[in-house]
Amino acid sequence: MLGEGILQGLAETAKNFAGSFVSKERLTTVQYPEERIAPIENTRDFPILIYDGNDPMAGLRCVACQICEKECPPKCIYIVKSTDKKPDFVGKMQIYPTRFDIDISVCMSCQICVEVCPFEAIKMDTEFELSTTDRFGGLLYDREQLSKSNEHYHKIHPTEAAEVDARLAEEKAKAETKAKAAAEAAAAKAAAAAAAPPTPAAAPVAKVAPAKEPGA
Amino acid sequence: MKSAEEILAAIKTALPEAGVELVPNPSPSAQHSLRLDPAHALAVASFLRNDPELALDYCSNATGVDWPGKEITEKVKVTKVVDGVETIVEETVKRVQAGYLEAVYHLYSMKHAHREIAGPVVLRMRTVNRTDQVELPSLTPVWRSAEFQEREIFDLFGIVFTGHPDLRRILMWDGFEDHPMRRDYVDPDDFEYEPTPHDEVLKRAEQHKANTGVTA
Amino acid sequence: MTATDLKSYRPPVIELSEEGDELLEVAMGPHHPSTHGVFRMDVALDGERVVRLKPVFGYLHRNHEKIAETTSYLASMPYTDRLDYFCSLTNNWAYAIAVEKLAGMEVPERAQYIRVITAELTRIQNHASAIGFLLQEMGASGTPLMYAFREREKILDLFEALTGSRMMCNYMRFGGCRVELPKGWLEQVSKIVDGLPEFIDETEALLTGNEILMARTQGVGILKPDLAVNAGVTGPMLRATGVNYDIRKVDHYGIYDRFKFRVPLGDHGDIYDRYMIRILEMRESIEILKQAIKDIPAGPIMDPKSKIRGFRPKAGEAYGRIEAPKGELGFYLISDGSPNPYRYRVRPPSLINLTVLEDMCLGRNVADVVLIFGSVDIVLGEVDR
Repeated sequence: MLGEGILQGLAETAKNFAGSFVSKERLTTVQYPEERIAPIENTRDFPILIYDGNDPMAGLRCVACQICEKECPPKCIYIVKSTDKKPDFVGKMQIYPTRFDIDISVCMSCQICVEVCPFEAIKMDTEFELSTTDRFGGLLYDREQLSKSNEHYHKIHPTEAAEVDARLAEEKAKAETKAKAAAEAAAAKAAAAAAAPPTPAAAPVAKVAPAKEPGA
Repeated sequence: MKSAEEILAAIKTALPEAGVELVPNPSPSAQHSLRLDPAHALAVASFLRNDPELALDYCSNATGVDWPGKEITEKVKVTKVVDGVETIVEETVKRVQAGYLEAVYHLYSMKHAHREIAGPVVLRMRTVNRTDQVELPSLTPVWRSAEFQEREIFDLFGIVFTGHPDLRRILMWDGFEDHPMRRDYVDPDDFEYEPTPHDEVLKRAEQHKANTGVTA
Repeated sequence: MTATDLKSYRPPVIELSEEGDELLEVAMGPHHPSTHGVFRMDVALDGERVVRLKPVFGYLHRNHEKIAETTSYLASMPYTDRLDYFCSLTNNWAYAIAVEKLAGMEVPERAQYIRVITAELTRIQNHASAIGFLLQEMGASGTPLMYAFREREKILDLFEALTGSRMMCNYMRFGGCRVELPKGWLEQVSKIVDGLPEFIDETEALLTGNEILMARTQGVGILKPDLAVNAGVTGPMLRATGVNYDIRKVDHYGIYDRFKFRVPLGDHGDIYDRYMIRILEMRESIEILKQAIKDIPAGPIMDPKSKIRGFRPKAGEAYGRIEAPKGELGFYLISDGSPNPYRYRVRPPSLINLTVLEDMCLGRNVADVVLIFGSVDIVLGEVDR
């Protein structure tokens, strides 16, 4: 019968329309912003810089190696290296970025920077409700705006952050045992030197840089 | 599908006058190619398509490659008469290797698609140089899938395909003059002024402002 | 052998209806709502009939290939997402396959299965929305497209849970995949896959027997198989003409030889066949997904030889291709041993499928042009690159 197909189609839409009143499955829309769907853990949008401890600038993990700047596909990262050094989380003296800018208007959220970073310093945020009225300055994020605490990272990506922390703790332990072994070797050498008379010079004290506790 | 060597042998028996040579490919993909003499290219292409054994009826990909001229520095031993004595002197000679443009075609057979699994049959053709003798015969009469792709090669590389039914620019606009995919292409300084954190871009933007008197 | 030997080569010139009639030249696009973005067709009309149609490209041209030649191999991966932004995961796979051929890398079992699962999900959501858009252009405003997008949304949520982004996935890497599957992801996939047949049945009940759809699409935009092969048309468009050519079956790339699935073939090569092929391909994709979810092994997801930084393949070249939802997507790479590719070429299915647009439209009415163009299923990001 001509028109049968059309009637069948109309029955289908009627089923969906009526069904949306009774079945949660059929009503798929959410009344944003009053209602929100649960955030998905792996979501990414713009990069953030992770810092340990309480002081964002002192605890910044970034050592300004500029790998992300080089690898960034749209070239939206801009880094200026410091001339002095500060200790990083294992206590090793490292340079740090005096300037770390990301042009958010250019960034395409591909997270290549996260992948190439050997220091777990740059991660992706999940903040999507962003807007600015300043087209030029407001879209250029500096290191103060980019730095987020490790706690924040744990909040947005708990699984990934736990893995990262475990890896960092392992690295730190390795560095500590290495430092300890080095100190012991130095002490043994010093003891041997002291045992050999007649040089009563003061045994050199092995210097171990104070290990800084990572936040969280 | 047959290997490049077998196809070469088949071409040589069918068209002995066509100068076809094998170009080996050192990469693990081992997709060796056949270089055609532009004068006989159309005949070879028709043979490849019409031969019932080969039946390469599907030209998957056609593209251009730019190989600019290189300056090669060589050390040559020259016999010279110095103070009446013949001595062999090493001299550095600079030689300019002429550049050329290349068109590459990837062929498959849809007729024999399920017979054997193999890579594509690759055809290549070279122009004489990169400036005034850039004509190559169009293979569009044989495989129509090359129509838009050859237009694209003409547009982006500047190879002129003789016998192409509709050789116009395809991606760039008609008044455009250069060929953007050439290695020595310099992009014109006509972009809108946008402040970005990048030195190079900023410098160019400043230069552009100075040149044109355009303010942001 | 000359051009004139080939009857299939040029479409016949349509004769004008009456002497002295003037042709009306219309520029359809680039802002025409049916052009899927910015695409222009310069159409010459004799009354309602199309006598000439020239596609005009380049409004979205950003020279993706040139950008790729100035950045490292890895940095081109996120750019491939932006080619066909409906199917970023298959684009990733095509590029990864080309680089793997170039560098001679192996992909672990588990990564292969993940690739198949993501690619088939991509195919389903692409075909669903392609049908939705086709109906939208036919005047079926809203309903089919919204039903398709409702399903697509579920699949995009899966992509977001796995890769972090809904459309710009940037997930595959040379020699494997970027991250391990999140906990419970496979269960979610199989739940959604189990619900998909119902969606396809619903779409079919809504559309397949619809008399208006049949009247508008059957016998419209017919493409002959020999022309389709000669013009390099691939994907559902080619199979709708009856040519059995599916790269999953031909190349067996990845692990497609392990799955049992059929290749749907059309008979007439018209718009209705293209619609039906997409419906049937979705059903086959569901079968592949079910097998892949059942068989996926544990293990590593990256080739240990692959490295993120300082990747320099040996000099040489490779052409790798896959069956993307829209047709054959190929990448041709030439390496000169440096960290950047010397030449990087995308073989876009959308662009080459448009070669036959004029042939399909000649002699039809303007309203059919919109439909025929919609049935090709293109994305301008890939056409213009």
